[in-house]
Amino acid sequence: MPEPLLEVRGLAMHYPLRGGLGRRLRGRAAEVLRAVDGVDLEIVKGETLGLVGESGCGKSTLGRCIVGLEEPTAGEIRYAGELLSAQREKATRRRIQMVFQDPYSSLNPRMTVRQTLAELLRAHEMVPKKQIDARCEELLELVGLPARALDAHPRQFSGGQRQRVSIARALALEPELLVADEPVSALDVSVQATVLNLLDELREKLGLTVLLIAHNMAVVRHVCDRVAAMYLGRIVETTETQELFTNPRHPYTQGLLAAVPRLVPGRSSEAVAVAGDPPSPIDLPTGCRFHPRCPIAQEPLCSERDPVLESGPDRPGHLAACHFAWGEPVPAHVPEIIQEAT
Amino acid sequence: MSEPLLRVTDLQVEFQLARGILRAVDGASFEVQPGEALGLVGESGSGKTMALRALVGLLPRTARIAGGSIEIDGEDIVRADESRRRELRGHSVSMIFQEPMTALNPVMRVGDQIAEGPLVRLGLTRRRARERAVELMRLVGIPDPLRRAEAYPHELSGGLRQRVMIAIALSSDPKLILCDEPTTALDVTIQDQILKLLRSLQERLGVTLVFVSHDLAVIAQTCSSVAVMYAGQVVETGRVEAVFREPRHPYTLGLLRSVPDFDLVHERLSSIPGAPPDLAAPPPGCRFHPRCSFAREDCIHGDFPLLQLEHARATACIHHDVCAEDVRREPVIADA
Repeated sequence: MPEPLLEVRGLAMHYPLRGGLGRRLRGRAAEVLRAVDGVDLEIVKGETLGLVGESGCGKSTLGRCIVGLEEPTAGEIRYAGELLSAQREKATRRRIQMVFQDPYSSLNPRMTVRQTLAELLRAHEMVPKKQIDARCEELLELVGLPARALDAHPRQFSGGQRQRVSIARALALEPELLVADEPVSALDVSVQATVLNLLDELREKLGLTVLLIAHNMAVVRHVCDRVAAMYLGRIVETTETQELFTNPRHPYTQGLLAAVPRLVPGRSSEAVAVAGDPPSPIDLPTGCRFHPRCPIAQEPLCSERDPVLESGPDRPGHLAACHFAWGEPVPAHVPEIIQEAT
Repeated sequence: MSEPLLRVTDLQVEFQLARGILRAVDGASFEVQPGEALGLVGESGSGKTMALRALVGLLPRTARIAGGSIEIDGEDIVRADESRRRELRGHSVSMIFQEPMTALNPVMRVGDQIAEGPLVRLGLTRRRARERAVELMRLVGIPDPLRRAEAYPHELSGGLRQRVMIAIALSSDPKLILCDEPTTALDVTIQDQILKLLRSLQERLGVTLVFVSHDLAVIAQTCSSVAVMYAGQVVETGRVEAVFREPRHPYTLGLLRSVPDFDLVHERLSSIPGAPPDLAAPPPGCRFHPRCSFAREDCIHGDFPLLQLEHARATACIHHDVCAEDVRREPVIADA
């Protein structure tokens, strides 16, 4: 495997909960929400890595830690071999940028596009002062907006156009790694495709590396080279996209795939894909975190021993954190054959 | 063919705005046979939610039904007087909303909320109504219903809250249940549970469903027929398999070519150019023509009513054969 651009080791982000005074006075530990709880992850230069999972699994928190918006409780983030903390030098901050989910609340409504972009270009001294206007126009062209949009306010744009402005803002600092947190889920279906295609084009044109955080498995299958599935603060499975969709080894990944509604009614499973609700990240299950909902869990193994993320015997790049991922018993339900991604 | 349970004809819903009149629904027609499930699909602003709200009288205050008819079991509720209308809606129609947290009463125990229907509409005693509530909770798959009936909505997970909403919708024995994006706020595994619950309830109890969603696959999973809406009008109707496999309207085709999906073939996602029109000033002729790649001279003027095709299908596109030809050349659904 080539040298990773970004390396995450044992990353944890725990949020202490308020109102724990009574508990502490009674001599018990304060309650803690474990949003991210021991994540190892690598992103290779030039790839698009998809991070999938349900709400509350910690995927956005992980993204925010990588960008430096949160100071992780434990673990380390290395970028091109260099250790990164949340307090970063301007020059390092510039290299990792983020596109947020909601283009309605992540742009300053009182600033024109030109003001938003020019401020960044000035603060980071990206181009000489005289070239700022020209660079602004270039950035808009890059995301497919006309130059006259520079003097408009965010409210004058549609959702898709706003998301283009957000992407232009992230690109203004010429980042190497782009973290896109659900960049299309707030957009209308017919517009989602344009934004996904744009991200793909930019990656090729600018040699970007992308971490795409998403809950939509079909979107991930379409744009990502590799996928990591998260459940309750941990990565449960990671491998190349094609392999994940055709040969998922973790019962949670299998369930996630089987839960996706299908356009051809006969191709969806009759049975419920994953039963029950995800447990609270405040009161995590013992052993394997998925065992209370797992169709193949075995007692006492799964409720006592925490599985490690390990690769298959003949599949070095395919990691899964399940006691039975690479041996007996056979998974209870494998989703219907999914078309090979084109 | 039997009489449809619901027949909506040429429905018009208008908003009075400062700058003029906005027709959110402009001549929508669709019908549902008893025991069937109809999906209304379209993007935001297509009028699907307003059409649904008009059926139960839940339109915003600035909107009104400006024309057309809504027949439930052959009786037009647009023309009926207010008390008859309330009676018809109260006894035969209920609704499941997108956001169970805002649709449920936060300060009332969920058991009592479910019991309200049987108490008021069916005239059961308080005790019988409570028993009925627990029965309904069991029916919708809420574990430990006796204890959960005492819970307040905030004590339940999103999936359980949506199950409570479904129990409430079932509580007054409706003939027709309207669902407004009931799973959009839920996670994919919970969405799967709720969709499968709705399907099995529909099969077991024989209720009729109208299901609004922007997600084509969600419609395919729950409904037998579909009506595709664009800019306030129904542009295509038919059986789900037929419409999604061989769309006969360029808008339906455009949607199918733009969404990433496990069952669709695409090299690259192709999006529909442009944006939906401003409904206060819709384009003349076919409303989709400014964004349509098949548009010709004759699409720019005139009216575009639904044309009946074979196999109980209908489309508003006069060049539907061109659309069909395009699909034959380049199928949208991948073979298994």
